[in-house]
Amino acid sequence: MPPMPTTVLDVVSPTRVPVNPELPGPEQRRSTGGLRRHDVFALLGSVLAAVGLASWLQNQLFAFQGVLAFIIVAHALFMLFYAVLIGLTESAPVVVDKLVTTLVHSLGFVMLLALAAVVTFTFGRGWEALAHVNFFTQDMSNAGPLDPLTAGGVLHGMAGTLIMISIALAISVPLGITTAVFLSEFPGRYAAVVRTVVEAMTALPSIVAGLFIYATIILGLGIERSGFAASCAVTVMMLPIIIRSADVVLRLVPGNLKEAAFALGSSRWRTVWTVTLPTARSGLTTAVVLGTARGIGETSPVLLTAGLTTFLNLNPFSGPMVSLPLATFAFVKSPEPSMIARGFGSAAVLMLVVLVLFWLARVIGGRGPGQLTPRQNRRITENSRALNYRYLAKDVSIQRASRALSAEGKSRRSAVQRTKGKPS
Amino acid sequence: MSDRTTPPDADRPANRDETRIIPVVSGSRDLLATEILELILTDSVLDQADAPDSGVAPRRLTTRASTQDRVFEWISRGAGTLVLTIMSLVGLFLLIQGNQALSVAGFDFFTTEAWDPNSGNFGIAAVLAGTILIALTAIVLAVPLAVATALYISEYAPRAIRQVLTSIVDLMAAVPSVVYGLWGMFLLEPNILGVSQWISTYFGWIPAFAVTGFDPNDPLASPTVFTASTFIAGIVVALMVAPIATSIMREAFTQAPIGEREAALALGATKWGMIRSVVLPFGRGGMIGGTMLGLGRALGETIAVYLIISPVFAVQPHILEKGSNSISALIALRYNEASPFEISALMAAGLALFVMTLFVNFGASIIIAKSRSGASSD
Repeated sequence: MPPMPTTVLDVVSPTRVPVNPELPGPEQRRSTGGLRRHDVFALLGSVLAAVGLASWLQNQLFAFQGVLAFIIVAHALFMLFYAVLIGLTESAPVVVDKLVTTLVHSLGFVMLLALAAVVTFTFGRGWEALAHVNFFTQDMSNAGPLDPLTAGGVLHGMAGTLIMISIALAISVPLGITTAVFLSEFPGRYAAVVRTVVEAMTALPSIVAGLFIYATIILGLGIERSGFAASCAVTVMMLPIIIRSADVVLRLVPGNLKEAAFALGSSRWRTVWTVTLPTARSGLTTAVVLGTARGIGETSPVLLTAGLTTFLNLNPFSGPMVSLPLATFAFVKSPEPSMIARGFGSAAVLMLVVLVLFWLARVIGGRGPGQLTPRQNRRITENSRALNYRYLAKDVSIQRASRALSAEGKSRRSAVQRTKGKPS
Repeated sequence: MSDRTTPPDADRPANRDETRIIPVVSGSRDLLATEILELILTDSVLDQADAPDSGVAPRRLTTRASTQDRVFEWISRGAGTLVLTIMSLVGLFLLIQGNQALSVAGFDFFTTEAWDPNSGNFGIAAVLAGTILIALTAIVLAVPLAVATALYISEYAPRAIRQVLTSIVDLMAAVPSVVYGLWGMFLLEPNILGVSQWISTYFGWIPAFAVTGFDPNDPLASPTVFTASTFIAGIVVALMVAPIATSIMREAFTQAPIGEREAALALGATKWGMIRSVVLPFGRGGMIGGTMLGLGRALGETIAVYLIISPVFAVQPHILEKGSNSISALIALRYNEASPFEISALMAAGLALFVMTLFVNFGASIIIAKSRSGASSD
């Protein structure tokens, strides 16, 4: 027989809560985060050691050249020293944690630095050209490659970009949003096919879109290179992007809103027009604006289809037309410093346009479907209050009329009181 | 068609109780909510009790679309069909046009390293290899950058600046490629040569990093052999695709459940321990999907690559060495003076590129969709 379980119970001593009589007063709250002194010392020490060793390697041993190589080597050395220094006092998991923290911070910093570099470099180099007013008011027809920046500008590029993107938007926004509505309102096998093909086409490289228009419209139909052809290429590229993001936004519209509209007897079209589209308005706008930003920035479809010119051309149907990215591309291929400066100038203008579009998308699209701005909320509240007053007034007048008809004076007082006391 | 979204019995009791409900509604100001509720409840109970023995078959629901609705359906179906036609036309046209060149070259199209379609000697082996090498270099550089930035934004950054950082990263994805190209050409290229030289000096024994014509022991060796290389193009493309990958990864990381994060921390995990055991496994789908979406973009990038590389028509396996090529750069380079047959050959090359990006993107969207619940977004 095994021993009875009761004997085990006997052996277990009762748990005692240790009492520490010397504990002074209430317990102090320990800080779990925060920086300790030796963390700072380890960090500073390894930075100094890494920079010192790296500069010794560079200046005495000529192991590498260039600022970038120095930064990379110094960072690698820093990680090494830091690991060793922390390893003296901490356990292995803490060392790994600290190393990963440093790595994540430095790579994130590199990413943000790269963006800052791209933006400031473009604006910095472009400033030389942007400072001249003629850069915005002239085209390049009177300026040769050797002319200084006081002659010539990118008016033709700005006008071309504006015309091309307007045509592209005029085609792609109605078509794209109607298709997105079709995908969300009439689901079925056919819609699934359309959706799959559209999703596949978001993978279409922009140069292939340009090549398609080049081969069909320019070579096939014999139409010369023009702004319209370029708009078609940009449309082919933008359309799947707009449809896809609009489809996502429309699918986020709450189903109970639509059902409420149907239950009130609204037709399908009225529901889409008065419920679905207004609810998704901000998201749809964002989809269009972001598609526009992509379309404006694309060079390769325009390169193949618009042709190259230095003249301002306002007619999209005849003659070559240049957009800002294409003008940038053409400028920087020249070896002349003034042309390169113009290239940076037009890149800066392009960047500015994209920044403004992006900011616009953020302002409009910061809210989900159905979320209103304070102003919209106020308007709706006012509207509904006005309606309420109208109904109330109607009610009161009906009551008055009925009272006048029945001419029962004794209940008049209480009825008036009841109407007054009603919460609106 | 239209009855799918309306509840099946939405209008059933309405007609029967019309006479009783209407006075209740119009006089509802004078009724308490509980009384109304009571009325409704008893009504519905009575309905259910009445239904079996009343012997009336459920009313057949027929919906007849109004003219407005029919026009609406007709128009939106038409738009869908138009889009489908345009999009299929692109694919079909590529296929038909490219087929002419493909049928002449046969399978050699994928193995020939030259581009001279007019003499019949052409193939995409060199440009295909270049495209893949540039994209791989870009992805190898972009993925650590994207993972770290996404982790920084979702885990390490102070809460106050998270939204700003997210906006900055999204903005980076919207910067035009020609601007990245300029940056790579004028700022990165002069500064990166030292790094290229250093890598090839110390890691030249790895075949990919070897550079022909560069002797590390020659102190006067010119660094010009390192210009216009796959490596530099890869860095620029990496910067272009990293923001796209970052925003997808960040979204996946922030969805890691708070309860499991706190459980890991409560069990004594360090922050990295928590990330490794909770955040990364939850975000794995997003990480793979973001990487593949970035790869799709990297494969199709044209202008930035075109501005940086100096085109060669041979497979260039040394990524640090001058000269590279990609399919899109080839199209941008050659379309202008192309004969109709060369256009067909370029179409075939474009088709190959399209098929490649298509596979990568479809893979990405499947993986992203699997890793998420509910509606997917960009």
